[in-house]
Amino acid sequence: MSADPSVFLMGEEVGEYQGAYKISKGLLDKYGPDRVLDTPITEAGFTGIGVGAAYHGLRPIVEFMTFNFSMQAIDHIINSAAKSNYMSAGQISVPIVFRGPNGAAAGVGAQHSQCYAAWYAHVPGLKVLAPYSAEDARGLLKAAIRDPDPVVFLENELLYGESFPVSAEVLDSSFCLPIGKAKIERQGKDVTITAFSKMVGYALQAADILAKEGISAEVINLRSIRPLDRAAINASVRKTNRLVTVEEGFPQHGIGAEICMSVVEDSFAYLDAPVERIAGADVPMPYAANLERMAVPQVDDIVRAAKRACYRTVPMAATA
Amino acid sequence: MAAAILRRVTHTTAAAAAAATPRVSPLPLLARGISDSTDTITVETSVPFMNHIVDPPSRSVTTTPHELLTFFRDMSVMRRSEIAADSLYKSKLIRGFCHLYDGQEAVAVGMEAAITRRDAIITAYRDHCLYLARGGDLVSAFAELMGRRDGCSRGKGGSMHFYKRDANFFGGHGIVGAQVPLGCGIAFAQRYRKEGTVTFDLYGDGAANQGQLFEALNMAALWKLPVILVCENNHYGMGTAEWKASKSPAYYKRGDYVPGLKVDGMDVLAVKQACKFAKDHALENGPIILEMDTYRYHGHSMSDPGSTYRTRDEIAGIRQERDPIERVKKLILAHDFATAQELKDMEKEIRKQVDDAIAKAKESPMPDASELFTNVYVNDCGLESFGVDRKVLRTVLP
Repeated sequence: MSADPSVFLMGEEVGEYQGAYKISKGLLDKYGPDRVLDTPITEAGFTGIGVGAAYHGLRPIVEFMTFNFSMQAIDHIINSAAKSNYMSAGQISVPIVFRGPNGAAAGVGAQHSQCYAAWYAHVPGLKVLAPYSAEDARGLLKAAIRDPDPVVFLENELLYGESFPVSAEVLDSSFCLPIGKAKIERQGKDVTITAFSKMVGYALQAADILAKEGISAEVINLRSIRPLDRAAINASVRKTNRLVTVEEGFPQHGIGAEICMSVVEDSFAYLDAPVERIAGADVPMPYAANLERMAVPQVDDIVRAAKRACYRTVPMAATA
Repeated sequence: MAAAILRRVTHTTAAAAAAATPRVSPLPLLARGISDSTDTITVETSVPFMNHIVDPPSRSVTTTPHELLTFFRDMSVMRRSEIAADSLYKSKLIRGFCHLYDGQEAVAVGMEAAITRRDAIITAYRDHCLYLARGGDLVSAFAELMGRRDGCSRGKGGSMHFYKRDANFFGGHGIVGAQVPLGCGIAFAQRYRKEGTVTFDLYGDGAANQGQLFEALNMAALWKLPVILVCENNHYGMGTAEWKASKSPAYYKRGDYVPGLKVDGMDVLAVKQACKFAKDHALENGPIILEMDTYRYHGHSMSDPGSTYRTRDEIAGIRQERDPIERVKKLILAHDFATAQELKDMEKEIRKQVDDAIAKAKESPMPDASELFTNVYVNDCGLESFGVDRKVLRTVLP
């Protein structure tokens, strides 16, 4: 926002309230009400206004309090933003960022817990990013704002509260990350584990447990869901020969399904075991704490799947 | 002689309009000297403006012989083009959806006369004539309809997706009502940049009930956006009459706290007057609604005969009593700004111009296969994309 006067932020409670999750704290005082706009609770309206402003050359950041509410505005994200550059043969570009928390929080129930990565990553014309660490958040958000295309930026409410060590390079004001490149968070040689957002942390914990049992897991932080870094994923699988995909969202037609297909298409001969998939349970998110725990992947689930991929588990019954 | 008149015409056109870009290429006016005078005359609008929480503009509109002849010409080009598009669709050269504007020309032409090319226009899918009014040329319009390389969207958009960015024409939208918040967003950018320009945000009586319209209007009013919501009320949302779809079909009042005017949309001078008034109002006070009482002779689209939900008598009646081109013609003849024969000759010229454009558009080839993958992104260097069978067609975007 300080570098480019055409960047502005709009959303519910982003200004005076300092942000529903305090992400925009201090911005209203710093940039004023012309650039930090509190909107009424009208997603379809303000998302359309944001996209229209982008048509005319501004660089809006539209915040959804959570991505569950983006469904009210999804027509504008897809039909008004993603497809415009193509339909107009390049006349109308849409340099906009749609951002906000995505996926499950804790105990917020079925309507407030959905992961939209697969929904938005489905659409050509959109770019979809999912940061994990503080470094990711900073570098990817700047890249998203600078990018001339519409970007869906999927944050995570529970990660807002986590701290991460950062290097001096990350703290430098010019730090930016490329879109479309995954990060190898942890090198390994026995099994590849892909994850994004909060699940990266779980995958790293799983890798620690697996290491104690002699399995060296390579953890890939996808960072970019669309475009997917197929090259990095395939290179890793060609090295380890085994793959576990991890995501928080509903399993059917999810991110893991796409990653599996990509590996089958490009690296089939390198697979020594079937691809394993860990995803959220195929149910709306329940409220009760024990049920919620069963509905979201836990570290143990990732460990178990990795062992299966390495043929190191005791066979167990398929159904509960 | 004709050339001299032509030079005088283009000079006065440039002087009269604030915009720099030339319009549809001027037709040679005939040697006798159809009056190209810029002496003003005053004409009364057909009916007074109906108003909602704002004082209406005067019914007396100033115009010139030159302007009236330009109106006649521009509307005739639009009329002829839409009828030609009908034939092209029936011969299967145009595919998919085709929504025609004939009958509604006065709205596009009157609006354009009141504003500059720095002001913005956005509309839904009945967009061919708005494109022409904004300076779009006939060849690129027909080429786009036929999905050819020289189309205004290089064949990638089709009938519903015409754009002209350099004239601030933002399309061309297929989702009913979506263009309304988008137009408010364009106005937001205009105000943000302190441009002193406005956006005309067009929608139909069918779209007038969309929730997102009211969401956007609320914000436009809160933030005093320089947007004019223009309801092109042709009285039918696809096949549903306005009184069956809207509890209150007084669309100019539906803004509640937002002022509105109801305008005879078949009277190009009334449209011009209302749009001028609305532009000044929007720059000072924020949003205003203009309801244009207009009519479409064709059905909703080419797959709708337009007669299952309205009578042929009704259509014929409007053509008889309220046709916008006939109205301007009568005015021109009554003031002796041209003879009937001269106007007939102009119409012949226009017919030829349209036919020539179609012939030229037909020569344009289909887009190259590589165009399948262009413009998916602005910044797409190195990104992968896939055809139907990615083992056959897999590419790195240019």
